[in-house]
Amino acid sequence: MAIGSAPRAPARRPGPSPWTCLAVGIAALLAIPIASVVSSLAVPAGEVWFHLWRTQLLGLVGRTLALLLGVGAGALIVGGGLAWLVVHHRFPGRAVLEWALILPLAVPAYVIGFAFVGLFEYSGPVQSALRRGLGAGVGLPEIRSYPGVVVMMTLVFYPYVYLLARVAFREQGAAEVETARTLGRSRTAAFLQVTVPMARPALVAGVALAMMEALADFGTVATFGYRTLTEAIYRVWYGMFDRIAAAQLASVLLLFAAGLLLLERRSRGRARFAQSSRRGPVIEAVRLSGWRAAGATAACLTVLGLAFLLPVGQLAWWAIAAIRAGQVAPDFAALLWHTGALAGTTAGVASLLAVLLAYAGRLHGTAVVRMAAQLASMGYALPGAVIAVGVLLPLAWADHALVPSLERALGRPLGLLLTGSAAGLVLAYVVRFLAVGLQTVDASLGKIPPSLDDAARVLGARAGSALRRVHLPLMRGGLLTALVLVFVETMKEMPATLLLRPVGVNTLAVEIWERTSEAMWPEAAVPALTLVGVGLLPVVLLIRLTSRR
Amino acid sequence: MATPRAGILVLALGLTGSVLTAPGEPAEVMVYTARAHYGQEPAMEAFTRKTGIQVKSFGGDSGALFERLRAEGDRTPADVLITVDAGNLWNAARAGLLAAVDSPEIQANVPAHLRDPENRWVGLTVRARTIMYNTRKVKPEELSTYEALGDPKWKGRLCLRPSTHIYNQSLIATMIKRHGEARAESIVRGWVANGPILINGDTKVLEAVAAGQCDVALANTYYLGRIVAKDATFPVAPFWANQATTGTHVNISGAGVTAHAKNRAGAVKLIEFLTSPEAQQMFADANFEYPANPQAGVNPVIARWGKFKQDDTNVAAAGEHQAAATRLADRAGYK
Repeated sequence: MAIGSAPRAPARRPGPSPWTCLAVGIAALLAIPIASVVSSLAVPAGEVWFHLWRTQLLGLVGRTLALLLGVGAGALIVGGGLAWLVVHHRFPGRAVLEWALILPLAVPAYVIGFAFVGLFEYSGPVQSALRRGLGAGVGLPEIRSYPGVVVMMTLVFYPYVYLLARVAFREQGAAEVETARTLGRSRTAAFLQVTVPMARPALVAGVALAMMEALADFGTVATFGYRTLTEAIYRVWYGMFDRIAAAQLASVLLLFAAGLLLLERRSRGRARFAQSSRRGPVIEAVRLSGWRAAGATAACLTVLGLAFLLPVGQLAWWAIAAIRAGQVAPDFAALLWHTGALAGTTAGVASLLAVLLAYAGRLHGTAVVRMAAQLASMGYALPGAVIAVGVLLPLAWADHALVPSLERALGRPLGLLLTGSAAGLVLAYVVRFLAVGLQTVDASLGKIPPSLDDAARVLGARAGSALRRVHLPLMRGGLLTALVLVFVETMKEMPATLLLRPVGVNTLAVEIWERTSEAMWPEAAVPALTLVGVGLLPVVLLIRLTSRR
Repeated sequence: MATPRAGILVLALGLTGSVLTAPGEPAEVMVYTARAHYGQEPAMEAFTRKTGIQVKSFGGDSGALFERLRAEGDRTPADVLITVDAGNLWNAARAGLLAAVDSPEIQANVPAHLRDPENRWVGLTVRARTIMYNTRKVKPEELSTYEALGDPKWKGRLCLRPSTHIYNQSLIATMIKRHGEARAESIVRGWVANGPILINGDTKVLEAVAAGQCDVALANTYYLGRIVAKDATFPVAPFWANQATTGTHVNISGAGVTAHAKNRAGAVKLIEFLTSPEAQQMFADANFEYPANPQAGVNPVIARWGKFKQDDTNVAAAGEHQAAATRLADRAGYK
């Protein structure tokens, strides 16, 4: 988090401020599921650990690290590169491509992964056509491999970097670049030495998000047969029926997450990236022509085609077949409503908490507040199923401990008040996705010059009212991005939804699971396509709102 | 500042939830099912038509349902747990989530090796996991047993699903029960020595065999049933493994009455119906699985594969030896 790079901590009366208490309170609530996972460490390591250590633990850690590095580098190059292309250049199709490149965000990783493997594996249409056309010995390298999974995840997760970098590049004034140019730097050198370093918080935040997604992913690595720590958690849990050992492994995963967060903060260092003025002259885009223009268009189209058009095309193909065969769920309206309501509630709650945490960090860059923000972000790197159990256990405890006396007081049976409700599910979603909101909100808040805080204070505004009247309006773009990102993420979430949803509440993701878990992909295409469609709405809204300058 | 609002929201959600989970009427059976992916099971609808008892279901994967049932404890709304793989049923029973049911009807409907020796769960459908071969490249005479897939002649010609999948864990667990751990490990090592191509998903494995990426594989037969129902020319056929020796490995999807069922009578009635020939026929037709009740017939699509001898080791072995099977696979280098 950039909590550490807050402008300055104003002198305060002794004792924790209300904002510090608020931050700590939020973190404490969100840490409950994480704590219930970590508490498993109190149980002595069992035989499972001995076995893992002997057979595969080092390999798991190594492969997980390799995956993170590959995906981080890939997302940085693809996401950052594309953002640089569309913001600083003019080429055919740019206007459409600029927003179209965000679209892959709406496609769940498990969907893209499956469509990809289906197309490019040995028995898939691409390799079959190659063999028919060029002979039996012709083929592509095995897609279920390290390069395969890295390319795949890069295509899925690059939009995080792209979104944040695009906004950062856009909001940069021309003054700094022009200064560099006047001082004799070439266009490229000015980009590398001025533009990129100035966008570093956004780039690093995007890469951290992509890496944490990769860390928590189960669906894609399972499809590709690439064994990571997350995959091992499922294996120990379902294959050895040992939840304690699975939770202990999840604690190792948390170490990775903490490492990522630390890395992010380190790489920002003490740098402050507030702009001296919100609107300076805009950097003039370079008009590309000839092969350069064609190359730029082709690069954008390739990424868009692989990450969006191809999987969505495959889904559409299946969906048409499914609709012809009459295999569409009857209660579709209810699915849509539940999906939207859950994702909307989560987006609202998570964004609100993110703003409060980020602002508390801005006011008081103390170690306590920093740690609170980090703790609240950890869930992003944990697999949904682990968080879900972390939520379920304390809630179930509360149900059994508190509800009986409540029932006696009210004189009627209440069943399961907490575990049976949507509250647990929303809590799990918030724990899982708060980091997305916080990264975005924080990057946006960090760009507001501290002088505005001072001015507001001098004019007599208290912290709360300054947030409402000065900061929130200025960070509208970041806040919207946070809302949309959390909404879309929540909508796609599958394992926690399966475990914690109230009886009778099905979502699109659940509907997809019900088909895909038995490889009935064509039957899953209609809900999957709907999920993509619903996800596109907020994404398009976001594009329109952040495109206005 | 705005936290009270968030608090109210969470509270409101909580209250909505409590309305949703208000105790149901007596004439209703609540089923937690990991078989949800087969759509509305026609057998459930038939049960309601017959008895007037409504069946409500809540779907989820086996692990999720297990955790939920355990956390809900004596307040669970679930009366019946239906899940796939005997290992999951065994695990639920071991955790005290299922109650024993003494029903002569159920015991008459389902052979002993397909139900819990202590009557806490019973098989609904039988899933045979056997050798699949490319009919253009392999003659059935070349095949015999699971063990024989370790023969060097299959080097580079074998496709397997990763050992992480529960179907393979159960297969290995049953081999441990049958042959002991050392022998089972040498069988698995034989497969590994042939450099199997690992493909996640039985359907994908079958497609790989059809495309010629490999010539033989292990898969559950109903996946092939689904494919040949749409494409009769699909060049893959099952070979019934170990017919001369132990019989072909089978697993089940099955059901049990929960330990804290509110409508225990209705739950027992439901399972009695689900194991009856009438409902068993519906299960068999819905997904090309084999009925657990031998009185029911198989779907015509798979009838041409003929009858086969099942391994009559009690399927509970899948649970008893599951952890050992996972460790064995790790030791043997079967990823």
